Amino acid sequence: MIGLRIESREQTPLWLNVTLPLMAVAATLILCSGLILLAGANVFTAYEKLFLSALSTRFNLVETAVKATPLIFTGLAVAVAFKARFWNIGAEGQLLAGAMAAAFVGARESLPAWSLCPGMILAGIAAGALWAMIPAVLKTRFKVDDVVTSLLLNFIIFYGMMALLDGPWKDPLSGYPDSPDIRMDAEFPILLRATRLHLGVLLAAIASFGTWLLMRRTTVGFAIQAVGENPVAARYAGFSVNGVILATAAVSGALAGLAGVGEVAGLHFQVMAGLSPGYGYTGIVIAMLARLNPLGVVPAAFFFAVIITGAEAMSRATGVPVFLADVIQGTALIAMLVALLFTRYRIRIRRFSHA
Amino acid sequence: MHELLGQLFQVGFFAALIRIATPLIFATLGELFAERAGILNLGIEGIMMLAAMTGFSTAYFSGSLWLGVAAAMATGVLAGLLMGFLTVSLGLSQHVSGIGVTLLCSGLSFYFYRLIFGQPSSIPKITAFKPLPIPGLSAIPVIGPVLFDHFSLVYLAFALVPLAAWILRATPWGLNLRTVGENPHAAFTAGVSVIRVRYQALMLSGALMGIAGAFLSMAQYNAYTFGVISGRGWVCIALVVFGQWNPWKSAAGALLFAFIDALQLRLQASSFNLPYQVFLMMPFVLTIVGMALVSRNAKAPAALLTPFRKEER
Repeated sequence: MIGLRIESREQTPLWLNVTLPLMAVAATLILCSGLILLAGANVFTAYEKLFLSALSTRFNLVETAVKATPLIFTGLAVAVAFKARFWNIGAEGQLLAGAMAAAFVGARESLPAWSLCPGMILAGIAAGALWAMIPAVLKTRFKVDDVVTSLLLNFIIFYGMMALLDGPWKDPLSGYPDSPDIRMDAEFPILLRATRLHLGVLLAAIASFGTWLLMRRTTVGFAIQAVGENPVAARYAGFSVNGVILATAAVSGALAGLAGVGEVAGLHFQVMAGLSPGYGYTGIVIAMLARLNPLGVVPAAFFFAVIITGAEAMSRATGVPVFLADVIQGTALIAMLVALLFTRYRIRIRRFSHA
Repeated sequence: MHELLGQLFQVGFFAALIRIATPLIFATLGELFAERAGILNLGIEGIMMLAAMTGFSTAYFSGSLWLGVAAAMATGVLAGLLMGFLTVSLGLSQHVSGIGVTLLCSGLSFYFYRLIFGQPSSIPKITAFKPLPIPGLSAIPVIGPVLFDHFSLVYLAFALVPLAAWILRATPWGLNLRTVGENPHAAFTAGVSVIRVRYQALMLSGALMGIAGAFLSMAQYNAYTFGVISGRGWVCIALVVFGQWNPWKSAAGALLFAFIDALQLRLQASSFNLPYQVFLMMPFVLTIVGMALVSRNAKAPAALLTPFRKEER
């Protein structure tokens, strides 16, 4: 007889770090194929369109990299926050804070041209960090649950932004609820001629490596992990838990703010209602799939950029609703969470002899 | 100023307040049952969204509103089971599981709505619930139109508050639920199945959230839109904290929120020279302020967020 036994693991083998996300993605695609069948489409054709259209031409590949940029930043933002068990679900709002700050600075006529790009980046970092400090201060000072406040703040900043765009900040030229365009000098340089590959893409790659260094090689990173793993032990080790949570929020918010800077300075050159179609929420899925590893965020973000870009093409070709991309995100998050059980437990196959 | 106040606080204002509070009461009670059993149900926003869609679609094709409500409840129960599988059976992080359930359910609601209705030029509509005036009582001046001329679901919501309080306080199941949320090991020792009670709480939680979603797409509005919930689920989680995990206080919190929401709707329509989004923002800001005021002394169920494993003590 053969029996399955579940036992807990002492250590997580290294190969699991790569195979778990792959397993989760495979499970997700199998589960979601049922939805494609319900839509009356061929599963293989749909997935082919979903994955290959974003990678098929050089142009599409660059567009996918451009799409991945804000996702890398929000993924990093969530990865840092979740490491400290600071449940920042507010990357969406922090992105908007960064975008608004960048759009404001980038449109200033009084600033010298050379200062615009660095000014936008710094302003975006500051705005994102400040907006993320609100739930952190509420958590540390008033013991208010960070999940709820960071979520509600997304709605507050969105309505606040729309109020500005419908009021004093409305572009007088277009008459739409958009902000005035930033100055030409404020636009991020294009890295590859005749494409939209802008400086933000490079910044995202640098941010990923920088965050990895921060988490692995500095005291701040060590403190963030210590607080996440065991706040009581971290306190005994001499860390101020509240201080670390505030620092985590600042780093996390700054990264999410940079996502907004990149979208404004590299892509849209203004702020408008559809600036973020939920990049902050996708960042949660990306961070989890990357197992909160800043370097892993890059491929995970690229994967979801492929899906988000490919969903349009898939929908046009097969009639499967474009929202399959959203279902895939939710399913992938749940699948990854379940797959993570294998880091703690293993299934052992045992043979029983009939003795 | 006096004139403005007079304009604001008319009978219609208070009737609107009661109507706005209704879905919040359903969903808040749903969240409350889950949390009293020790599970933070962050799936709430997505469950409401999906239930609003399934309820609306069922009503659209069957022509029966109550069948729609039943479908919405069934949707909520299924989502509750999923939440239970993740957080109770597998003991996974309640935070991440809940966000996963919300992302999945809202994705599914968009997907199936598009699949069923395509992209029509005009939004599909149903004949929404009609108010059901209570004979006699609805004729009382002022009080009648404010309290007794509503959709049947409104009366149900307000009746559920004392019922929920009684279930939690006085029934054996309520006692088990509270013990499971406070001290699951004691409950286990006393022979209560922690797993079963938590599953039951999550199913009830989902069903109530389902009714809340259905109310929005089938009574408050007569159509499903992607913005039909727009943060109301998250507000309900805040209301549970604000109400200190007590059905009466949480319902009072829902009324307070509804008051602010009704007020901002009136102010939007008034002659203030401000973009309407400023008013939309108001209830969310005040929700955070409210949470900050009570959270320091709030006493959450002791076992909230902790998975239960028999062998671990």
